[in-house]
Amino acid sequence: MIRFDDVHKSFGPKKVLRGMTLEVPKGESMVIIGGSGTGKSVALKCVLGLIRPDSGTITVEGGEGRDRDAFLARFGMLFQGGALFDSLPVWQNVAFRLLRGSLKRPRDEAKAIAVEKLRRVGLKPDVADLFPAELSGGMQKRVGLARAICADPEIIFFDEPTTGLDPIMAGVINELIREIVTEMGATAMTITHDMTSVRAIADRVAMLHDGVIQWTGPVGQMDTSGDPYLDQFIHGRAEGPIEAVR
Amino acid sequence: MTGVLTGILGGIGATVLGLLAMIGRVTIFLGQTLSHMVRPPFYPREFGSALLTIGWLSLPVVGLTAIFTGGALALQIYAGGSRFDAEAVVPQIVAIGMVRELGPVLVGLMIAARVTSSIAAEIATMKVTEQIDALVTLSTHPMKYLTVPRVLAALITVPVLVGVGDVIGILGGYQVATGQLGFNPAAYLKNTIDFLEPLDVISSLVKGAVFGVIAALMGCYSGMNSGRGAQGVGRATKSAVEAAAVMILAANFLLTGVFFSL
Ligand SMILES: Nc1ncnc2c1ncn2[C@@H]1O[C@H](COP(=O)(O)OP(=O)(O)OP(=O)(O)O)[C@@H](O)[C@H]1O
Ligand SMILES: [Mg+2]
Repeated sequence: MIRFDDVHKSFGPKKVLRGMTLEVPKGESMVIIGGSGTGKSVALKCVLGLIRPDSGTITVEGGEGRDRDAFLARFGMLFQGGALFDSLPVWQNVAFRLLRGSLKRPRDEAKAIAVEKLRRVGLKPDVADLFPAELSGGMQKRVGLARAICADPEIIFFDEPTTGLDPIMAGVINELIREIVTEMGATAMTITHDMTSVRAIADRVAMLHDGVIQWTGPVGQMDTSGDPYLDQFIHGRAEGPIEAVR
Repeated sequence: MTGVLTGILGGIGATVLGLLAMIGRVTIFLGQTLSHMVRPPFYPREFGSALLTIGWLSLPVVGLTAIFTGGALALQIYAGGSRFDAEAVVPQIVAIGMVRELGPVLVGLMIAARVTSSIAAEIATMKVTEQIDALVTLSTHPMKYLTVPRVLAALITVPVLVGVGDVIGILGGYQVATGQLGFNPAAYLKNTIDFLEPLDVISSLVKGAVFGVIAALMGCYSGMNSGRGAQGVGRATKSAVEAAAVMILAANFLLTGVFFSL
């Protein structure tokens, strides 16, 4: 379980999170939605310690008293921009964890695992030896996804996994995320703007607006919440309580 | 009038304070680098590729810099020396000038131009595109993975580059002196070797090691502290090269004092 408790974060005068409180149950798939620039990516980075919240606490169950390496070894993260290492070929990106540190294993074994993970995100084995700069945007995203799941982490964060993918590939990725949660029992937090994705992968949905969780609940209750903010968001209306200029 | 004066003094004060603050931060960064250097995990592959890019691939530019400098030095000393009939000192002065000062300083500056800039731009780009964050999430410490291999490789290879530069510089002087200025080849080499003291060579290599560390460290430091976007990368690169060059020249002055004025 991951718990955000009254988390605040500002960048200079800009208040991004203003008391975010949220519980993500273990083994469930939580989808975070919300307008562009509301701090969804910042929230995920706070959990990983990449950004330090100004106040409030974030607890990850089972993470107490362990050192940072052991803590981070439980996570996989897909960055919004991919964040692939452009000095390494694709397979070494994917197998990064398996080539060094506590999970280190022989190179050919690591490469075989990388190729298998690439196949799961719909990429052919010949992509493995290319460099990230030689791939299209959507292919880079999928390599990032393969890297995030490569060491079979317990907790996986996906920052916009289907943005920039064609509808079929987006469907493949949605299914993959669903599989990871149901088969491997992983806890997932996914940020997406794609409502089809939300319905395909979420157990629970949380909407971040104005620095706080505006609404959270099971995905089945999303359409009948009666929350004007959520309704405006899921139907993509320009008119409503959320201003279009932010 | 007093307003202008306090304005100027205030500006100077702010600059000095800023400089001191930066020296403080760089010193802390150096301390962190050293402490990560002795604690595992180590990354031999990254170290190997740093040896290649910092050391081996810098050889051509170091060689060219040294050979032209040695040649020009011989011409100047000959021209200057002949004004008071002292043109025979060319081999000795070329040797001492190259080994004590020009070799280490010019190699250091070329390394600042070539290595500091590329390290800073590479790491800053990694920072801007969240690759550094990605490293952290993959349980890899950026200092251990990026900084330590580069600083260590510079510490080891730049003294070697300086040694090579010294030799090539002396040979550049030798070429000009024997080819153009009528010096006897055997006597030139003998004079050079007889004149150089062990301390000259040691100081040269120590300077190389210090300049190497400065060059790599400043590249890493600026890269890791880069601002956002392409502009951030540009600024990080510029300030890395600037700081490395100034620090190399300042360190050279201090080291020359330590080695030769005691
Ligand atoms: N390192 C940083 N320094 C300064 N400001 C930042 C930083 N990171 C994020 N911000 C600011 O925080 C706000 C929230 O950013 P964040 O990336 O979390 O948005 P988001 O909800 O993920 O949006 P999107 O859906 O467009 O990805 C933005 O206004 C951004 O400018
Ligand atoms: Mg985002």
